Amino acid sequence: MANILKRPPIPPEDAETVIDVDDVSMIFNIASEQFNSLKEYFIAAMRHELKFKEFRALNHISFKVKRGEAFGLVGTNGSGKSTMLKIIAGVLEASEGTCTVRGTIAPLIELGAGFDMELTAKENIYLNGALLGYRKEFIDEHFQDIVDFAELQNFMEMPLKNYSSGMVARIAFAIATITEPDILIVDETLSVGDFLFQQKCERRIKELVDSDDVTVLLVSHNIDQVERLCDRVCWIEKGQERMVGPTDEVCAAYKNLGK
Amino acid sequence: MNAEKNAATISAKDAWYPPAKRDRFILKQLVSKDFKLKYRRSALGVVWSVLNPLLMMLVMAAVFGSFMRYNDPSLGNYAVYLILGNTAFQLMSDATSQGMNSIIWASSLLKKVKINRYVFPVQKVLFAVVNYGFSLIAIALVMVVERVPLTWTAILMPYALATLMVFCIGLSLLLSAAAVFFRDVIHLWSVVLTAWTYATPLFYPFKILPHWMQVAEHFNPMYIYITYIRDVVLYHTVPSVNMHIACLGFAVVALAIGYAVFHRHEHKFILYI
Ligand SMILES: Nc1ncnc2c1ncn2[C@@H]1O[C@H](COP(=O)(O)OP(=O)(O)OP(=O)(O)O)[C@@H](O)[C@H]1O
Ligand SMILES: [Mg+2]
Repeated sequence: MANILKRPPIPPEDAETVIDVDDVSMIFNIASEQFNSLKEYFIAAMRHELKFKEFRALNHISFKVKRGEAFGLVGTNGSGKSTMLKIIAGVLEASEGTCTVRGTIAPLIELGAGFDMELTAKENIYLNGALLGYRKEFIDEHFQDIVDFAELQNFMEMPLKNYSSGMVARIAFAIATITEPDILIVDETLSVGDFLFQQKCERRIKELVDSDDVTVLLVSHNIDQVERLCDRVCWIEKGQERMVGPTDEVCAAYKNLGK
Repeated sequence: MNAEKNAATISAKDAWYPPAKRDRFILKQLVSKDFKLKYRRSALGVVWSVLNPLLMMLVMAAVFGSFMRYNDPSLGNYAVYLILGNTAFQLMSDATSQGMNSIIWASSLLKKVKINRYVFPVQKVLFAVVNYGFSLIAIALVMVVERVPLTWTAILMPYALATLMVFCIGLSLLLSAAAVFFRDVIHLWSVVLTAWTYATPLFYPFKILPHWMQVAEHFNPMYIYITYIRDVVLYHTVPSVNMHIACLGFAVVALAIGYAVFHRHEHKFILYI
């Protein structure tokens, strides 16, 4: 993503902990056959055959992030990075362990929650804003900022189904980044819009990263970027925590994986 | 909207409601979404919502009207008797069938944002209540045509509607949780609703029931709510204290059970949707 992103100053030793991931495990049910009917359930229960095929997407992960820190998560595909971010954002509940977060969060993980293609862009902005927990008055006041950022001034009364997917993504990104959160969570697989808008998104993320006291949590497959931006990194591999520590050490070890 | 426009602008750092206060705005947005999706596309949508209970009443009055009236003049105006019962029952059946599916329908949303899961069943019940507003127009039309006067007792009707709404929320919480784990609950519930329709004195008088069923009706919440509504709108009487307690009792019990079951299992929803 952004080549313009720079590492923010390292926070003092005694900075307060804002994200505390304590021995977190996430278990998914990946049973191919689910008991979708009561009859099947009772038959299976009588035969003591109730299967719950567990899959541990995260296995006993612990780390702490301090206020003002930029923290990275690396790992190969399907290692559980997005799952970890969702637990921190509160979308998923950890199956075991606890995750404590202090402060407001802007989660750039999956954007555009609740968008309905039949509704107009304006209606979707209010709906999505509500789902993100925004105040109504805040959306009223910053509506124009959102529209300006997305550069879709003349399309506000049009149903979203007539938008291109890039235009939908622009709106979604604009709503998600209109606030100034205490904690910014970025899952980099989100790349939206044309190259001009991508640059704009990067500048916006940089603005948020540079603002005072913001804590950044970044998932990226671009190792250079992680090295440039993050103070500390956690490497999760296949749900296991491999290493937590200063960026250079962890990234060096992670890069050795392919050799 | 912006009554106090002169108030200080809200900074981007203070964009969020405190977690406990978010649900109101979310519910408002979700219900208004349902409303727009249902009524915007066709002007006939609104007309249809008024016409539907009217047509149902007309057909039933044509089929059952003649002999019911002979048998039991104590029913009062049969057309009003019918439409009051049918619309209230329809409210419950809409609210619970939609509420039951709400969590399954919201699955993609539940995987994307942090949100209190109970808002989805509640949203569907609130939307059914909004739709009931159109039924009220139909009821008013029938009362005008049939020259049934409205007395002050009708101001008690919101009590029945409010308790019925809470009753529906309780049922919807229970059903939506059950449907996540067992999809055939959805089919089962439509069967229950059909049976319940016939077991409730909607188009026949209470008095034609055999004694044991008359006793059993006192445990039928829909009979209680509908009787209350007919008492205050059609018969111009004030229901007894016991009726008030029964309305409230069914609502509170349904909500308590529904919420307890929902709350106990909601953290597992994500594994099954
Ligand atoms: N809802 C779910 N049900 C079952 N399994 C899931 C669910 N969500 C994620 N998983 C599994 O958890 C594992 C981790 O997924 P996750 O999306 O966190 O990986 P990731 O590290 O973000 O990968 P990527 O680099 O590809 O983005 C995957 O094996 C995935 O199949
Ligand atoms: Mg991912």
